Amino acid sequence: MNDIATHPELITAKPARRRANPLPYLLSLPALIVCIGILIPFFTAVWYSLESYNMAFPTGRHFVGIGNYIDLFSSGTFWHTIVVSMVYMGASVIFELLLGLGIALLLRERSKLNNIISVALLMPLMVAPVIASLIWKLMTNPNFGVYAWIVNGLGFTNFGWASSPDTAMFTVILIDMWVNTPFIMILLLAGLRSLPTQPFEAAKLDGVPARFVFFRITLPMLMPYIITATLFRLLSAIQEFSIVYGMTQGGPGDSLMVFQIRSYIDFYQNTNVGRSSAILMVLWAITFGLSKLFVNQWHAMRERSKAGA
Amino acid sequence: MILKSLRGVALLLVVLFFMFPIFWIVVMSLQTNAEILSLPPKLIFPPTLMNYTALITGHLKTSVGTLNIAFMHNLWNSFLLSALSVIVALVLGVPAAYAFARYKFRLGEDMAFTLLSLKFAPPLLVLLPLSLEFQRVGLDNTYIGLIWIYQLITLPLILWIVRGYFEDASPDIEYAYRVDGHSWLKGFLKIAIPLARPGIAAAVVLSIIPTLAIALYAQRWLVEGLSLGAVKG
Repeated sequence: MNDIATHPELITAKPARRRANPLPYLLSLPALIVCIGILIPFFTAVWYSLESYNMAFPTGRHFVGIGNYIDLFSSGTFWHTIVVSMVYMGASVIFELLLGLGIALLLRERSKLNNIISVALLMPLMVAPVIASLIWKLMTNPNFGVYAWIVNGLGFTNFGWASSPDTAMFTVILIDMWVNTPFIMILLLAGLRSLPTQPFEAAKLDGVPARFVFFRITLPMLMPYIITATLFRLLSAIQEFSIVYGMTQGGPGDSLMVFQIRSYIDFYQNTNVGRSSAILMVLWAITFGLSKLFVNQWHAMRERSKAGA
Repeated sequence: MILKSLRGVALLLVVLFFMFPIFWIVVMSLQTNAEILSLPPKLIFPPTLMNYTALITGHLKTSVGTLNIAFMHNLWNSFLLSALSVIVALVLGVPAAYAFARYKFRLGEDMAFTLLSLKFAPPLLVLLPLSLEFQRVGLDNTYIGLIWIYQLITLPLILWIVRGYFEDASPDIEYAYRVDGHSWLKGFLKIAIPLARPGIAAAVVLSIIPTLAIALYAQRWLVEGLSLGAVKG
């Protein structure tokens, strides 16, 4: 008795822990320090974006406030970058979602064949995106690529794949689909297979038509998985770099100049650190909003699954 | 019947779209340069392991001369870098994940989000200034510099996946173990970490090789990890 009265720290009940316990801070400190090391460049980038800073003319470096941003938003090339990035993000995510959902529905039954196929389809996900673009570059090469040869044989003799401005976007989206559809597919498949079976059995007993079951039962119940997968893909698609860089480095012309490619080229080729950083800040604002949505969604899902368990 | 064959055709097309490029790369890797460049593409050919021996020995003999390839060195570099950066991320990330899961402490949520937002921020935003910074302090082209940068990818992954597993494991077992007179550290090492092992395994594999390898023998962990703990089996 006396012990506990004089040494309150002997009480290990939860409420006592909540008050100023140094342990959680100690545990997370090392991770935090490393992250600060990574955060410093982030703040440097914020600073760069407010400067007129060209590596080729280090003496002309000076503070310009939001000058870089004004330049960006009043230039046609930057609006072009925004449009190209949005088209890339929108088209690739929509097609991947539809295809991924379709495949997940096809593989829904737990059979040996379906399981083998679902594992095999993960293969492209295992290929690094740069390598994926190299594979496709080889296969669509007009001189010896097998896809170029097939498409040529089908009568599309002028199909330029990544080398023509008309088909470059199509080509990189196709590669993006090849790499990332399996990710959506496996998430939705896991979702489909974890749905409770009772509603479907009841619908079957009542003779509800298949289309009604899909739109009124399957789709709404699958929605949390679809939203998670979509947000995750939106986040990475708006930042796409490796597939586009591996295929065309933003070309031909500037037809595939997405955010990160534009900023990379501004940094290394034009040595314009200020403008390059400003572009990345705009991109960061977009991804920050998306990731906030993503985290909220994730928390809501966890709460719901906890409540349901 | 028609529906069933339609389903079969659809599956066949899907498998063809996703598997053919990989199949074709394997085919090309067994061909000589002349065979790769020939049109129409050859499906029947005497397979050669010449390309693979070239990777191992580092010398590719062609008609124009010998080409040197530092593949084994590159492979070793990749292996070393991923192993070291995952180990560093585990040492840093697992205790932090535990702290975020077990204690509701001030700033905990903010820190967790900051770390996660690093994963979602455009990589170049950090990489470009960091490359200038590293040049200044002489960390460019060093292992330490690269391992540090890799924490940008591995640390948030490990933190968030493992955190979910710590949250799912009831703290009561740890409390009971501690009431028995064991220290906090022992409870952490003997109870908390083993309980979160599936999450740690998933996070490690996801940060080294994206996806397939484990899918073969740990599909459930993988799926749970991928969906950040949202899937209940």
